[in-house]
Parts: sequence; C-alpha cells; structure tokens
Amino acid sequence: MKKTYVIEVDCANCANLMEDAANKTAGVANAVVNFMTQKMTVEFEEGADEKKTMKAVLKACRKVEPDCEIEF
Amino acid sequence: MTRKQKKMLRRIIIATVLLIGINIALKLADINIFISLAVYLAAYIVIGYDILKKAGRGILNGRIFDENFLMAIATVGAFGLAIYELIKTGEGDFNEAVAVMLFYQVGELFQSYAVGKSRKNISSLMDIRPDYANIEVDGNLTQVSPDEVEIGSIIVVQPGEKVPLDGIIEGGSSSLNTSALTGESLPREVKEGDEVISGCINMTGVLRVRTTKAFGESTVSKILTLVEESSSRKSKSENFISKFARYYTPAVCYSALALAILPPVISLLLGNPAGWAQWIYRALTFLVISCPCALVISIPLTFFAGIGGASKEGILIKGSNYMETLANTKIVVCDKTGTLTQGVFQVTGVHHAVIPYEELIDYAAHAEVASSHPISKSLQKEYGKDIDRARVTDIEEISGHGIIATVDGKKVAVGNVKLMAKVGAEPMECHEVGTVVHVAIDGDYAGHILISDVEKPTSREAISEMKKAGVEKVVMLTGDARRVADKVADDIKVDEVRSELLPADKVTEVERLLSEKGSKDTLAFVGDGINDAPVLSRADIGIAMGAMGSDAAIEAADVVLMDDDPMKISKGIKISRKCIRIVYQNIVIALLIKFACLILGAFGIANMWFAVFADVGVMVLAVLNAIRALRTKNL
Repeated sequence: MKKTYVIEVDCANCANLMEDAANKTAGVANAVVNFMTQKMTVEFEEGADEKKTMKAVLKACRKVEPDCEIEF
Repeated sequence: MTRKQKKMLRRIIIATVLLIGINIALKLADINIFISLAVYLAAYIVIGYDILKKAGRGILNGRIFDENFLMAIATVGAFGLAIYELIKTGEGDFNEAVAVMLFYQVGELFQSYAVGKSRKNISSLMDIRPDYANIEVDGNLTQVSPDEVEIGSIIVVQPGEKVPLDGIIEGGSSSLNTSALTGESLPREVKEGDEVISGCINMTGVLRVRTTKAFGESTVSKILTLVEESSSRKSKSENFISKFARYYTPAVCYSALALAILPPVISLLLGNPAGWAQWIYRALTFLVISCPCALVISIPLTFFAGIGGASKEGILIKGSNYMETLANTKIVVCDKTGTLTQGVFQVTGVHHAVIPYEELIDYAAHAEVASSHPISKSLQKEYGKDIDRARVTDIEEISGHGIIATVDGKKVAVGNVKLMAKVGAEPMECHEVGTVVHVAIDGDYAGHILISDVEKPTSREAISEMKKAGVEKVVMLTGDARRVADKVADDIKVDEVRSELLPADKVTEVERLLSEKGSKDTLAFVGDGINDAPVLSRADIGIAMGAMGSDAAIEAADVVLMDDDPMKISKGIKISRKCIRIVYQNIVIALLIKFACLILGAFGIANMWFAVFADVGVMVLAVLNAIRALRTKNL
C-alpha cells in the first residue's frame, strides 16, 4: 500500500532528515519526502497498520525536526 | 507568510524593541544592573528559546552537533562571559549574545520566507491534480471525485476546468492548455474523436469525454507520482554534504574547545596570565562562524529547485543523482523512429504519375482498403475522404508483392517492383529515400507514391543545441534500412549512425559506446519507450520521450520528457548543468568564507558580530543562489 501525505517542513535539509527518519521506522517499506511539493509518500510494509505506522513516523520525524507536521 | 513565519517575525520585533529600548535607557539613566540584566535575558529568551529547546532535544536524541547546538553554546557562552565580566569589573556587554541570536533568527526567517515563496511558485505551476470530475446524471451535472469515475463513463469538461481523466472526445471541440504537462505554451486544438490527456486545462468549448483509464492509471496520476517521488535518489553532492556535516561539526566543536583551553594553559605554563575570558570568547566566535547552515540548507534546496524548474519545462528528472549524471553527458545516443522522426508514415511525394495526383491516391487508397498495413493507413490518410467500399471488388493480396483489386471496374495493382512485373507494367525507379509504392492501372504503369517517415521539425536544431550544451557525440541507432537512416542522419547532422539493428543490437552498440567513453563522461540514451526499455536501463542515463504513451518507458527511464520534442534533451542537460554549477559555487564560496573567518576568529581579529554577519550573510547568499536553479527560461 502506498499513500501520500501533506507535510509541513521549512528547510530542504530537514526534509531529507525526515525522509531518513521515516525510512527507519518499522512498518515503512519506503518513504520519500518531496520538499518542493511538501508531500511525503509512504509505502507500507505488508500487514502494517497505517495509522499506527504514521504515528511512529511522525514521532521519529519530530525527533529530527521538532517543527514538522504530517497530516494523516 | 505562514503562521510560523509571522510568529517568528513578532518575536524578532519584540526582541529588537527590547534591545534598543534597554540601550537607550542605559544611555539616558542609571539603571539598576539587575533590571537591565533581566531585560537582556527576556530579549534573549524571546528570540532564542526554540533554539535552546531544539539544542537540548538534540542532545537528548543523540543528535548533538547541529546548528542549534552551535548557536546555543555560542550565545549562552557569550552571556556567561558578560556576567563574568560584570562580576569582575562591574561592567558587561550583553548586547552581543542577544544580537547574535537575533541576527541568526532574522537570517533563518529570511531563508524560510524566500524558500517558501519560490516553492509555492513552482508547486502552483505543477498543480495539475484535478479536484473533481463532472458526470451527467439525468441531464444534470454532478461533481464526483475523479477516483470514483469508472472506465467508459462520460464526463463533461467545461471551459476553465482541468481534464480529470484520460479519454476520447465524444462531442464538442476546444483548445487545451497543456503547459502544465509539457511546458509547451501553444494551446492544442482538439475535436471529436481526439484523445485528451488528464491534467490539461480546457480553455474554450465544452467537451464530452468518454474515459479510457481509471484515475490511478491516468496520465495526471502518473506524473504526480513521478514528481512527488523524484527526490528519493540522492546525489553525490548531497551525500557529500551530509557526510561532511557529520565530521565537520564535531571537528569544529573540538577545535573550539581546544582554542578555549590550550592557549591559556600554555600561557599559564609559561608563567604568563592565562587570559581565559579572551580565549573563551574567541572559541565562541569560532563556533558561530563555523555553523554549516549555508551548505546544509542550500545544497538540497538547489537540487529541489533544479528538479522543480525542470518539471515546469516538462522534463521530469527522477532524482538529484540523475541531474549530476545528466550534467556530465558527453555522448547522446538516440533512437530514430519516434525520437528524431515522427514515427508516422506520410505520403511525401508522387512521381511519374500519368494521371492527376488525387486520382492516383484515390485508386491506391481504395485498392488498399482491406489492408491494415501502415502504408495503407498513410495512403488513406492522404486521401482524406471516406473510403467507398462499394467501389472496390475482387481484392487479392499477394504476400510480399502487394495488392491487386478492381476499383471502378479498373484493375488496379498497388505494390512493389515484383508486383509490377507480375502485371506486366514497367516501373520507374525512384531516386528518393523511403518506401516506394508503385501503381499500375489495367496493366499500364501509372506512377509511384513515395511514403516516408518525417523528421521532427526541431530535430536538427535539437542536435546542434546538444552540441552547444557540451555533448561531444550524437549517435543515432535504428532498426530501419540503411538508406533511410543515412538520409535522416545527414539531414539532421548526427555524428554516427548505425542502421538495420535488432533491439538486442542496440544494447550491444550502447555497451560498445559505454566502453569507449571516458570514465567521467556519461552516455545518455533517448528513446520513445517502445522496445527501448533494455537500452534505457543499460545507458548511464535513460531519457524517455512522450511520457503520454508508454508505461514501460516511465518505469525504465531516469528522465522523462513529457512531450516528444527533442529540443528538451539539450534543455534538460542545460538545466542540470546550471544546477550542478550552483551547487559547486555554493560549496566553494561557503567553505572559503567560512575558513577565512575561522582563521580570523581564532586569531581574535573577528569578533562575534562579525561572525554572525559572516554566517547569516553566507547563508542568505547561498539560498538566493540556490533559488536561481528554479529559473529555466533563458536556458
């Protein structure tokens, strides 16, 4: 399953850090953050719960960039 | 401005007012030292609390050495020093610590504003996502989400609306603005029976469209996916910077620590006064200067801007690493059909005709009525009118020769030289390149029709533009006959041509060229995606043309050109070059200024004011330079 989320992030480097953080989160097969369009595309691992995984992703992202937002 | 930016602006204004206010008050009156300290502290907290918080959190999360940490240490240190001076001498300057934080935040705000603004520019241009589709229910239009529309439904697109799904026009005519998809500003005229692609904007008439694809499969979704996922592959420069930052920041912190401790200790050992305050101050200045923001922020931004600028032009680059590869392109290998030529066969001439042109085409088109061969299609297209099947009888297709049929009671033979011999006509030879269709009527030779693939009008200019963009060699590969290939190659001036190749031979050719080129040069393959997938993935960089058509090409290619104009190849190369140039400029300028300032700071020539100006100044310069990558108009 693949889904795209609207995010809020201020700097391009932070976007890259968020991408790394999301990719390391359990349940995420692949994550891509596009700073220009302010979107995060997440491919979930099979059987992963979307809501739970995204909560973990947001938590991981907040660690590297406390100001960021992910709408899910 | 966003909510966040407005909040930051308010904080900056409050802190500035506090800072100026206390300074004026101190000049005019004798204010209790604790009151002024409290005001300074308030200003500092207002402007810097988030930096302190982030620095603290960073330490807790194990990300110690980042720019927040540097700024926090430097300003807290400066504050501490001022208090120390105050206790020691009764006088301390708190302006510095607050002002450094203030300038840093002004720089950050400016950066965030400039980036946000240009980001919005680009994303509004790329805003091709349709919000709704109009379906007709009982004569009334209802808006539904494009996701819900099934294949084969009829949708209505009104002027000013985006075409939400790919389909075929059932009724109406209009002109479509395709610029968001292709970068092409000329509107496209469409009428009943034409295909429309989603993402175009309907400009003039109402269109009734029968959808041919579900939303997920339609052009607009595919492009959006491409654009949104384009950042997944990181360039060498970005990896360099993140590696660099990983070593640089700790290295700077330890150097600053050494600068604060070693000289005073040595001085003490030599029996001189230690001068702790002076050296700690220098170390703090050193920290402020060393902040790597300019690099860390501007390099990824440049790539985002470059990819954004390119997509505005209808060039989709799948990752910043491909920008690097594309910028080094020295050899371009092109497929012929569909890439440099239009890939549709057209009647380009009628020679030695004994009857009028129209009549000859009329007979040939009718004789070929039952054939599905591309040649018969181009004959019928040239004829232009409806074919009257009743006029044709006794159709006989002779494999490898052509067709004999009776049209209007006359025995018409349409085919090659062998067929002419068979019906006893004497064919005239054609001196031009292309497929020659001979026509004989009642056994007498009536002339021949020349059918050939037409070069794209921009092919020739595209090749010379590629050369101007630094491409050393352009090679054309084709499965087509040698004579045809040579003629096209000569017309559009490619350097090398290989003809009569099977798809597997193309891979071999590309591999040969790959082995011949220099190690830093890269080879780009450009194809229209049909049968090209293996070569596209074998080349250093695969460029697929006309993304509207082939899914396999979008998958296999690294760069996708939305329309099939070969001019976009050189444009893509130039955009990448510009982007990479900006990246290098930023790396060099930022590092040179930083190192120069670091040395000045270490020797005590530069104070903290100077340091923060250097840091913020370089960052602003680098960000402005990075945003230049968005501009692609004059390339």
